[in-house]
Order: sequence, then C-alpha cells, then structure tokens
Amino acid sequence: MGAGHTHDLHVPGDSIVHRTAPEAKLVAAFVFVLAVAVTPRREVWAFAGYAVLAVVWVVASGIGPRRTITRLAVILPFITFAFFLPFIGGGDTTDVAGFELSTEGLWGTWNVLTKAVLGATTSIVLASTTPVPEIVRGLERLRMPRLVTGIISFMFRYLGVITAELGRMRTAMIARGHDPRWLWQAKPIASSAGAMFVRSYERGERVHAAMLARGFRGTMPTFDDRRAEPTDWLRAALIPALAVSLALGGLLT
Amino acid sequence: MTDILEVSGLSFAYPNGHAVLDDLDLRLASGERVALLGPNGAGKTTLALHLNGIHRADAGSIRVAGIELDDDTLTEIRRRVGMVFQDADDQLFMPTVAEDVGFGPANLGLSGAERDARVAEALSMVGAEGFGPRSPHHLSGGEKRRIALATVLAMRPDLVVMDEPTSGLDPAGRRELSDLLAGLDHAQLLITHDLPFALEVCPRSVIVSQGRVVADGVTAELLADTELLAAHRLELPFGFDPSFLTGRSAA
Repeated sequence: MGAGHTHDLHVPGDSIVHRTAPEAKLVAAFVFVLAVAVTPRREVWAFAGYAVLAVVWVVASGIGPRRTITRLAVILPFITFAFFLPFIGGGDTTDVAGFELSTEGLWGTWNVLTKAVLGATTSIVLASTTPVPEIVRGLERLRMPRLVTGIISFMFRYLGVITAELGRMRTAMIARGHDPRWLWQAKPIASSAGAMFVRSYERGERVHAAMLARGFRGTMPTFDDRRAEPTDWLRAALIPALAVSLALGGLLT
Repeated sequence: MTDILEVSGLSFAYPNGHAVLDDLDLRLASGERVALLGPNGAGKTTLALHLNGIHRADAGSIRVAGIELDDDTLTEIRRRVGMVFQDADDQLFMPTVAEDVGFGPANLGLSGAERDARVAEALSMVGAEGFGPRSPHHLSGGEKRRIALATVLAMRPDLVVMDEPTSGLDPAGRRELSDLLAGLDHAQLLITHDLPFALEVCPRSVIVSQGRVVADGVTAELLADTELLAAHRLELPFGFDPSFLTGRSAA
C-alpha cells in the first residue's frame, strides 16, 4: 500500500491556509503566479517583495522551511538549462570570477530561476494545505467542466494502482534476469509500456462496468454544495492583492 | 417466501461466437444466501453481469422482485441488484470512501442530508463507521472489500451479488466477511471457488458448468458428492474432513 503515499503531498494541519476554502486558494495561487510571471525581470525590488510574500505564505501554512526546500528540488531538472544562458547568450558581457558572461544571459538565468522558485513555492503551499479531492472540488466550484474534474480525480485515484502494477511488472522482469542498464536493453521497457496501456484500458472497462452497476448514466454526481464564505475570499485575497500591486508598480516604472 | 430473482432460459454468446450461458434457469427467494460454484470459464461472472444489465441476454429473461429487466427498468433493477466486483480497486473509484459509498445514492437522485444518512447507514452495516474521509487507496484488502459491499448496500438492494468475495483476503479478513454476510438480511448470490466459505455462509449452492445449472441443492450435500465435484473440476481443499459435511447435511 506504500505506493499510494508517494503522490500524496498533503500535510495535515489546522493553519489559516489549511482552513481557507480550496477555490479561494486556487484563485489566489493563480493570481499570484500570474503577477510574478508578468513582472519585468529587471524590477528586482518587486521580486524581493514577492519573496517576502511567499515566505509569509509558507510560515502561515506551517509546513516548515525544510519541507518546502526539499520539495523545491523537483524544479531542478527544469531550470538546469537556465544556467547555460550566460555562456551561450550574445550581446554585452560582464566579468564574473574571471569568466566573460553574457549580461543578457545572466538576466535570463535570474528571470527563469526567480519565477520558477516563486511559482513552485506557491504550488507547494497549495498542495501541502489542500488534499487532492478538495482541489478537485474547488475546481468544480470554479465551474471547471465536470468531465475535466472527473478525469483529474480518476487520474489521482488510479495513479497509485497503476504505479504498483508497473512495479510488479518490473520486479517480474528483474526476477527473470532482466537488467536494464544499457540502451539496447530498453526493448522490454517499451513492450511493458504497451502491456501497461492494455491493462489500464481493461481496468478502465471494469471500472466503467462498476459505475454502471451503481446507476451511472454519464454524469458524475456532485458531493459538496458548500461555497467559500466572504471571509475565505478576503483572507485568500491579501497576498495576491499585494502581489498585483507590486506587478503594477513594476510594469509602470 | 417470494422469489426475488427469476432467471429463465438465459443464453449469451460473446461477439466472437463463444457461447457462455446456455438456457440457464435460476431462482432465489428473498433473504436467501446461495453460493454459485463452478470451474473457471463456466459462465459465473458473465451470469452476474447479466443480473443488473451490464450484459444483455441474447435469449431468456431476468425478473428481479417481479420486475422484468429491460431498457425501461434498467435503473430500478440496478438499484435492486447490488454488484460487488472481484477487484475492489475497480469498484472504489472516488477520491474518498464517503463519496464512493454516496455514488450510488447520488445516481438515484439523493442529495444532502438524505444521502449522508444513507452513507452512514451503509458504513455502519459493514462496521466501517468513521472511514468516510479516508482515501480508498490507503485501505487494506479486507477493508476495501467491506467498503465495496457498503457501496452497494447504500442503494438498499434486494439482492447482493459478490464475485469471488474471499479472493486475496487473509484468514481473519475472510472470517470477518463471512460473519458480516451471515448477518445481512439481503438475498445474496456469492460466486466463489472457496468451497468451505460457501459451506459456512450459504445453506444452498448452485453448480454452473458450461453455461448451465448442473446441480442445485443443500451446500453440504453437494460438497459431499465427490463424483459431482470431480465432474465439474471442483475440489475441496487438502485436509478438509468430508465427515464434517455428512454431519452438517444430516443436521
């Protein structure tokens, strides 16, 4: 059953961020990330402001700095390329520790790095304080089509089941002497991907039969009629409102 | 007792022409617990899938509580016949246990407090009070089986059909399930290879082979008939004492 916990990013708690309605948090996170994304990269003071706001968010959610930093590591593969920009960028150069680096490239690195870190921190706060079913419910209340939220919740529900199945197939291969160390040994991996596809498809058919057996007629039922209270929206609006004013400040200077 | 299920002359072949059910008849009285036994490929699961209209028969008819299964009665039949599938992971597809148990009642048009009451009722019937907010993925095999049962009990069915209810359960989970099933008032049709489980839970058994009912009677008597069992690839587990059966059938 352990596999099920690997995609469960939620950290149980009772902080003010945990208690805020999910749809308010979703909108807040989206607006904050948007404000960060549109801010011109040279407005360093605005980014300092965003960083302060992000830290406030992390502290208020009580998820702890260590967990936040560990989870931030997931963006590393995506931002690695940004470190090449100063070496391959053109235009004026700057001397950094004996290296002639492109000024444009350095700004590029700064841009990617700060925006990625701020965006990832926002999603970490959101995912750590909101269980996935709540996020899906929040999206539903924000009028996302039921079909889309249905797909998200099925993906979440069966990710662990399918990962465990893949794990068993891998173990079965290793048990029969397979050792996928070199590229030319990749064939069994490719064919197991095909087998996984067929298995998942068959499971889909069985799940559909189970849904029909309980009266499913094509529309997923809703399970929560509660809406976010005005206090939820006020609470959630604070940080994105400050972020938007920083962004406007940055855009107007 | 009135018959809750009447299957007569049911025949079904897969699109590739392979005939699975061949003029099958079966009756169940209300509140009766019946084991459906038979070798692999005998058509047991296919029969079960007909009982609430997942598969539609080529010939024959199915009546549940006197209602004939057709396009107009499909929803009503699906409420009355609760199917518990073999792999609980196929049955539990919602993010939380409460939503899964509430899925059937929601499709019946229930909402709010009424639906919550159904969920609580079904969870308490399977001894799983307080499981509501949990994720089905994080439950043990025995817990999943019980919640899967709760998902159909929440629809207040007349007949519960379970496909291989003991598969993958440890002995304690198996005993908890047999206690639970024996305590329910619903008519039950239990498809199983687990002959001792059939003996424990079901006074009556039906043996299906090659798409037909080949034997129907008191479970202990059928299981004591070694020739009948052998003819249909059924076997009692090693070490099972047959004298235990004669004692039971005489009683």
